[in-house]
Amino acid sequence: MTGFPDLRADFPILETGVHFLDSGASSQKPIQVLEAMDRFARTSYANVHRGAYKLSVAATDAYEAARQRVADFLGADHDEVVFTRGATTSLNSIAFGWGLEHLRPGDRILTTVMEHHANLVPWQMVAKRTGATLDHIPITEDGRLDLDAFLEKLDERVRVVAVTGMSNALGTIPDVPWIAGRAHEAGARVVVDAAQLVPHREVDVRELGADFLAFSSHKMLGPTGIGVLWGRMDALEEMEPFEGGGEMIADVTLHNATWAPIPHRFEAGTPPIIEAVGLHAAIDYLDSIGMDQIFAHDQHLTAVALERLSDVPGVQIHGPRDTENRGGVISITMDGTHAHDLATILDEHGVAVRAGHHCAKPLMRELGVAATARLSFYVYNTEEDIDATVTGLRKAGELFGVG
Amino acid sequence: MALEELYREVILDHYRNPRNRGRLDEPEATAEGMNPLCGDEIHIDLRFEDGKVSAIAVEGQGCSISQASASMMSEAIKGKTREEISDLIARFRGMMSLEGGTDPGIDPDRPGASLGDMEALQGVRQYPVRIKCAALGWTVLQDALQS
Ligand SMILES: Cc1ncc(COP(=O)(O)O)c(C=O)c1O
Repeated sequence: MTGFPDLRADFPILETGVHFLDSGASSQKPIQVLEAMDRFARTSYANVHRGAYKLSVAATDAYEAARQRVADFLGADHDEVVFTRGATTSLNSIAFGWGLEHLRPGDRILTTVMEHHANLVPWQMVAKRTGATLDHIPITEDGRLDLDAFLEKLDERVRVVAVTGMSNALGTIPDVPWIAGRAHEAGARVVVDAAQLVPHREVDVRELGADFLAFSSHKMLGPTGIGVLWGRMDALEEMEPFEGGGEMIADVTLHNATWAPIPHRFEAGTPPIIEAVGLHAAIDYLDSIGMDQIFAHDQHLTAVALERLSDVPGVQIHGPRDTENRGGVISITMDGTHAHDLATILDEHGVAVRAGHHCAKPLMRELGVAATARLSFYVYNTEEDIDATVTGLRKAGELFGVG
Repeated sequence: MALEELYREVILDHYRNPRNRGRLDEPEATAEGMNPLCGDEIHIDLRFEDGKVSAIAVEGQGCSISQASASMMSEAIKGKTREEISDLIARFRGMMSLEGGTDPGIDPDRPGASLGDMEALQGVRQYPVRIKCAALGWTVLQDALQS
């Protein structure tokens, strides 16, 4: 065992005894987050940046304090943190706000075959509108990015490299600092989909070397409805607002408007205020454990699971087989048994996993499977969850006559 | 345990050895459908003779329930008229408690008397998320008949 604390008592939903292995889709929330949001809504809630009264000032302070908390968490500046509805909105803001402005016919967008649809479909849309072309970095047999192929595809026509910080289907953690270095030498902007990375591993945006970063609060113990778009200031300055409305303007006439300063120009409309307070509390919670501890815990569970799963007859593991540069996401299939049947059987054993394409259909085609069952770990998981999974998988093997 | 109720032997048999697999040359009716949520796919080709189904071919991929249900269906509708098939679809939907269903006429003392092997799919009702898997082939069949 590692010295990692047993945190299950902080997560009321786990009282049902569920073995929750679907944090990659969305994480559970600790009481500290639920109570922070509740307290704020009961005592300090009003719209932000609007009223000249005490409550509105208190709410604005709380909202901006959350922004500062995110900035500190990422090693970023306060004004580089834009609150959005989630990683998907962040990525669309980049694709449409930056891509539509700067991409020309013949320019190239380089992404990877293992992207979540959220970091692929917006680029397809923007490529169609601008005449830019889209190309994809392939993966190696063990589910890692093929960096030789990346270098071959990288030329001075590549204007954007959009890459996942950690694959939500395979757990692979690409070497973003290295990729960003090469991409910058070629004159490209680097966009990192960090929806899986930020919740699980310490990220310092200066060390990561990206220009833009996107993630969601709900996968890191916070509430749904809020996410972050981080951009280096010079990159944000190249971006046009993707939505217009209240809060994002400096002045408006009947025919024209000028933009508020960054980051407010990218936050049209009433923002997710209570959710920002929740995200603040979630980051406090994560930091109280320590991101290094959290990543070590994910890696410990991953190592245990990789070993125990490989003993189950018929189970195939997709993605890296060791814990090097890999997070706590494991995609499996079982010979002769469909992933949905696995999920149903595991559910009967109290184990919640996701079965399907994980919003990465091109990757599933690449792997030659229609669907996988995915285990994803977080701070509240223990080896007991893995044992329950293995028991369920053995039962599936019995039912389906595998092995 | 309820799992054995869901994964009856007859279902697993149809899953492992699906009947009437493939495509027809020059089908008179054809349709395909998928369940976008889970990606299950079914394609059905039909030919008729004297107003009755003379040939059926099913192709697809997906979970045991969707594929077994389509396989059972392909056996059940051979030689049947469009009207008889509509009646069967309605009774199947009734068994699954789906909209547009009629009394499946299942006699607990004579299992299989009304819907044959398909009565094994009753266990799916306890797993609401899987009902759409069982229904996929039947929805595609309905589309094929209207094509
Ligand atoms: C890698 C990755 N990118 C993007 C997203 C999209 O996040 P959201 O649905 O919160 O916008 C997810 C989550 O589903 C993800 O895992």
